[in-house]
Amino acid sequence: MSSHHVTIQVNGEEHAREVEARLLLVHFIREELGLTGTHIGCDTTSCGACTVLLDGTPVKSCTVLAVAAGGSRVTTVEGMGNGELHPVQQGFTEKHGLQCGFCTPGMMLTSKALLEANPDPQEDEIRWGISGNLCRCTGYVNIVKAVRRAAEIMKESKENGDG
Amino acid sequence: MIPPQFDYHVPESLADASRLLLANPEAKLLAGGHSLIPMMRFRLAEPSALVDLRKIPGLAGIGEAEGCLRIGAMTRESELEKSELVQGRYPLLADTARVIGDPLVRNLATVGGNVAHADPGNDHPATMLAYRASFVGRSFPDRRSGTLLEQRHELPLQAEDRTIGADDFFTGPFSTCLKPGEILIEIRIPAPEAGSGGAYEKFERKVGDYAVAAVAVQLRLEGGRIAEAGVALTNVGLTPIRASAAEAALIGSDGGEAALDEAAGAAAAAAEPHEDHRGSVEYKRAVVRTLTFRAASRAVARAKEAPA
Repeated sequence: MSSHHVTIQVNGEEHAREVEARLLLVHFIREELGLTGTHIGCDTTSCGACTVLLDGTPVKSCTVLAVAAGGSRVTTVEGMGNGELHPVQQGFTEKHGLQCGFCTPGMMLTSKALLEANPDPQEDEIRWGISGNLCRCTGYVNIVKAVRRAAEIMKESKENGDG
Repeated sequence: MIPPQFDYHVPESLADASRLLLANPEAKLLAGGHSLIPMMRFRLAEPSALVDLRKIPGLAGIGEAEGCLRIGAMTRESELEKSELVQGRYPLLADTARVIGDPLVRNLATVGGNVAHADPGNDHPATMLAYRASFVGRSFPDRRSGTLLEQRHELPLQAEDRTIGADDFFTGPFSTCLKPGEILIEIRIPAPEAGSGGAYEKFERKVGDYAVAAVAVQLRLEGGRIAEAGVALTNVGLTPIRASAAEAALIGSDGGEAALDEAAGAAAAAAEPHEDHRGSVEYKRAVVRTLTFRAASRAVARAKEAPA
């Protein structure tokens, strides 16, 4: 068994800890840092409830060793907006993109990365993009609408910003 | 679930990684971790140590050189999906990359890991068989015997590369012919000649599941006839299976329905499925038959569209 010193930047803040090699990133986030917005669903790399952005890329944090994330930047749902709602959060609010909310943090982080790579995704591209995140309530219909709405909000704010 | 305890090493050179593997016979290499870490959580794998490859330079990248597509073992699956070279010239590989795990898994999972893990349910192995791909294993044999002990650590170990054909690579479930301390560093797929086409057909219960069955077909048309064909099957045996009789049924034919039917029947006969929660033996054979027909049809269509 080995113990390791890691420093991980989470939502812009550096966190240094001594961790066991077997500590998973999701446990680092929830238990070491107390950020419980990142959920644990299936524990089998299937559901995507634990999705976080690792250096900007959405990954399942139940399948990343904390020690292997040393030196990386992590964004969780708590770090999505800066004191206000991120356009993706706004879209999910307006279009009722959630019912129980369990999948929502992961769903929104995946959507954020999707919109950064593709600012105007069509329905099939959204469904493809979120296919690693499971929702058992909505049937995905309102989630797709929420992501479309987020794309509009981002476009509007960009146009306003440019004007 | 939390994995059992293990030691973690993150070497910065392949020589060090190889040394760590030889020093810890129960150690495993960690690439993307998206097969290994789930297995460790379930106690299906309990390595004494992990040797993480992430800090070793030069192991990721996609490019054509010397008549081959060369893929670094640490290349992420998502990089295959984004690669215009792969999308444009290697449709069988592009098809395969799109159906491995799910988009989040593909952001970390690696091509080398998918191959070297040698799970019969993994998708790349059949594709590599159909492509007649080869794998480069690097080891660092110790040729310093006879040297004075105090001089030994001064001498750098010399890398020795071995190229292994896909036909020889997969020796059993989760087993390859890589030797202790030997590390898969590169995958080489022969560059397609004029008139080539390929396709991968996977039938899965849901996104991210292993295949009920999947079929890889790669072929080349010459003067309206199939001159070369590779057919291989995923998750219907203890290893990926190359369906040689299906290849023979395609070669020399015009790629019409009758030849495709014969190839599909031969592929179904070559499958060695086991009954499980994904279906009965008969059902899986029927799936192989249908998928072989579909994959071969698409491969022929793509070969016809390919620049002559």
